Amino acid sequence: MNTMLKIIKYELRDVIRSKWILIYFGFLFLITEGMFQFSGSSSKVLLSLLNIVLILIPIITISYGIIYMYSSREFTEMLLAQPIKRKTLFSGLYSGLALPLSIAYLFGIGIPFIYHGVDEVSQFPVLIILMLSGVALTFVFTSLAVLISLSSEDKVKGLGIGIFVWLFMAVVYDGALLFGSYLLSEYPLEKPMIAVTILNPIDLARILLMLKFDISALMGYTGAVFKKFFGGPLGMLLSSGMLMLWIIIPCLIGKRIFVRKDF
Amino acid sequence: MIRIERLNKSFGKLHVLKDVNLEFENSKVTAIIGPNGSGKTTLIKIILGLMKADSGKILVNNINIKKGVDYKNNIGNMPQIARFPENLRVGELIDMMKDLRSKKNGVDKDLFASFKLDNEINKKLGTLSGGTKQRVNAALAFLFNPDILILDEPTAGLDPISSSALKDKILKEQKKGKTILITSHILSDIEELAENLVFILEGKIIYNGTVKLLIEEKGKSNLERTIASLMESNANEHNA
Amino acid sequence: MKIIFQINIIILLIITFRHTNLEAKDIIIDKSGAITSIKQALGLCQNGDRLIIKKGYYKERDIEINKSVQITGEDFPVVDAEFKSGLFHIKADDVRIEGLIIKNTAMSFVAEYAGIKIDSAKNCIIKGNKILYNYFGVYIAFGADCKIEDNIIVGRQSKSETTSGNGVHLWYSKNITISNNKISNQRDGIYLEFSQNSAIDNNISENNLRYGLHFMFSHRCVYNGNTFRNNVGGVAVMYTKYIHMYNNKFENNWGPASYGLLLKDITDSEIKYNLFHENSTAIYLENSVRLLIEHNNITDNGWALKIKSNSTDNDFVNNNFINNTFDVATGSKRNYVTFRKNYWSKYSGYDLNRDGYGDVPYKPVGLFSAIVENNSPAMILLRSLFIQILEVAEKIVPSITPVDLEDESPLMRSVR
Repeated sequence: MNTMLKIIKYELRDVIRSKWILIYFGFLFLITEGMFQFSGSSSKVLLSLLNIVLILIPIITISYGIIYMYSSREFTEMLLAQPIKRKTLFSGLYSGLALPLSIAYLFGIGIPFIYHGVDEVSQFPVLIILMLSGVALTFVFTSLAVLISLSSEDKVKGLGIGIFVWLFMAVVYDGALLFGSYLLSEYPLEKPMIAVTILNPIDLARILLMLKFDISALMGYTGAVFKKFFGGPLGMLLSSGMLMLWIIIPCLIGKRIFVRKDF
Repeated sequence: MIRIERLNKSFGKLHVLKDVNLEFENSKVTAIIGPNGSGKTTLIKIILGLMKADSGKILVNNINIKKGVDYKNNIGNMPQIARFPENLRVGELIDMMKDLRSKKNGVDKDLFASFKLDNEINKKLGTLSGGTKQRVNAALAFLFNPDILILDEPTAGLDPISSSALKDKILKEQKKGKTILITSHILSDIEELAENLVFILEGKIIYNGTVKLLIEEKGKSNLERTIASLMESNANEHNA
Repeated sequence: MKIIFQINIIILLIITFRHTNLEAKDIIIDKSGAITSIKQALGLCQNGDRLIIKKGYYKERDIEINKSVQITGEDFPVVDAEFKSGLFHIKADDVRIEGLIIKNTAMSFVAEYAGIKIDSAKNCIIKGNKILYNYFGVYIAFGADCKIEDNIIVGRQSKSETTSGNGVHLWYSKNITISNNKISNQRDGIYLEFSQNSAIDNNISENNLRYGLHFMFSHRCVYNGNTFRNNVGGVAVMYTKYIHMYNNKFENNWGPASYGLLLKDITDSEIKYNLFHENSTAIYLENSVRLLIEHNNITDNGWALKIKSNSTDNDFVNNNFINNTFDVATGSKRNYVTFRKNYWSKYSGYDLNRDGYGDVPYKPVGLFSAIVENNSPAMILLRSLFIQILEVAEKIVPSITPVDLEDESPLMRSVR
């Protein structure tokens, strides 16, 4: 077995048993199950989960990731004293964090769907997209968490930066976008808006999900432009490519820091 | 055996290790001492590969440590603070280490027996007391019967029984021909265990020789007073 | 001799004519019988006769009915125009057509080819037919007192509005009853133009290319108990007055330009006890005046109401507004509509005196709704955390809501 897989194996065992991951799983499970009980229709459950995915995953992932990275610092040092390449250890740490979070998410919302099912076959791809984009966001914010925790020695500062980054992407960015669109309302803004939203992984995931939910019907002309763009092959390629970049770039920078760092 | 040649390390403007040359021989316990911030931790971390030197080289069993990570198979390390993944069991941690290391020298479970850790094997690491964690920490360092042992404050946090069991083990391994490095603030431990002593102050090696010789040279009754006078004289030099 | 024979035939015909005049007779149309086509039978029949069509496949077209006859099918005989022309063309009063499959009339840009066309006739009944894949299903021009009942009307799968006709089309007609029909895949399910005093009850009109039901200049009509589902627009009422809309369901009329109920230049009408569920916009009001909108359930729509500012004196009372993405959108700051005693699921006020009405007014035009109205690209922020925070802030500080429109007595519990 290769060394990275060995590290992932033990990291997984550790993180999966962590009470926070269990709470995260339990919370998602109860919310999904609860929504099934109250609303009764899977389309409503899916729509409500959209909010969960977009708000909860980024903040939970980034804060748990940062806290975990700091608290496992000594153990990381211990592993560094073992005959393991740093690159390998980094990949192991990263996967050991991103995978359990993804698994908790997938199982948390997935299990209720297994026995409740979906009302219509057409909702199945929506569920798949919801799961995929949730996993993508988990990986994006794990990358950011790893990068942030490696960039700052101070745990409180690191957590602060993490929350700020989340706040920026989830709230401030959209606020600025709204303000900008207000200032430039005389111009045709649909295309610049596509460019701007594609830069923010939370916005990107939100738009992709909304198009799947056919909420674009509410957006009138803007929705039509977005649907045309993101529904086409270029848009699909660009948006999934952009999410990949959001995963890969912070992760690579983090890896570079990790490999060169003095512990 | 570890040989260190012209090793330099700075953190920004702070020059932590200044042209350090050292050799740790086989069959010897060498104590590295020095006040906080003197550079002894940095030295150990560089040997372990946790930090990277600015210049100079380190040979472990005649192999340059820059050549790869395999030399670490020869080193057993006991860090000062033991913090393990909370949700792994003791047994799983051992399995993990076994998975990650070559077992060319076999497995040495002496310390697990003398620390009576066999009862704890199924407990989660997060539930262990500080003392038990420290015992696991020590036992792991010896587990793969490595040629070189680097022990950072090994007796800190251990109860007297475990502490003396550990010391017995250290002496036993020394007699087997191993290279052993110890840092400790407990000078009586050092007197008991170490033949050689390296004293580091502000990144420079102030003394490198046997403990016995140093005490004789300074004409003091024990190591503690000797070290005290060594530090005083250096402080005076500094002020002059 | 020849002359005598001819006279004899004439006498015979006169006797026959008199005979039918006195009592109606049945004429059997059967592929294996003496009379094999409907046209043939119509040539032989008299007013009051019954034409019974046996099961079979009748390829005919342009069947003109000039006599008051009943045409009844047994086991649904098929009458097929093979996409070449129109089919039944009723020009006489008191005609009844029942139990036929009427299909495949041609598409035309110059003629209104229909399965059944009633032209300037009264008291006709079209009942229990399957009127399939026609350009127009039933077309009534200058008709009166007719009934279109229990038919299934399915249009051709056509992609464009221009190559498809309406399911039931009324032109300058009055007192028409259209009930219990199931209409789909037409342009408009039911279309009324310059037609008055008609009733449209308990129909299902779905999957049409444009509207489920469409009024143009057609006053004093009632539609009740219908279901309008999956149309581009559920119902459109335009340039019309005195329409009563009761107990209908407007469901899943969903799309970028879709409405449950589209109102344009309509006055003095009532909308009561309807359900609007999952429409992009439940009700759109443009230049709509003196409407009473009461006891409707408006749930899970994109917008519950879009009200253009030229709509005045409309009264919204005792409606339930539940789980709509936006409750009300309006282009202007001032509005001349009133909201009273409605239930709003988004209302988060309190009721200290326990009279069932919230003590703080509800403002149905949210800040985001107002922003989007003036700056439509901002719509892409829908469901973002920023907007959700904005909405919470709005609940805490209602004064940031820009539009004055409010329900001064919002209900604490939903109606019914």
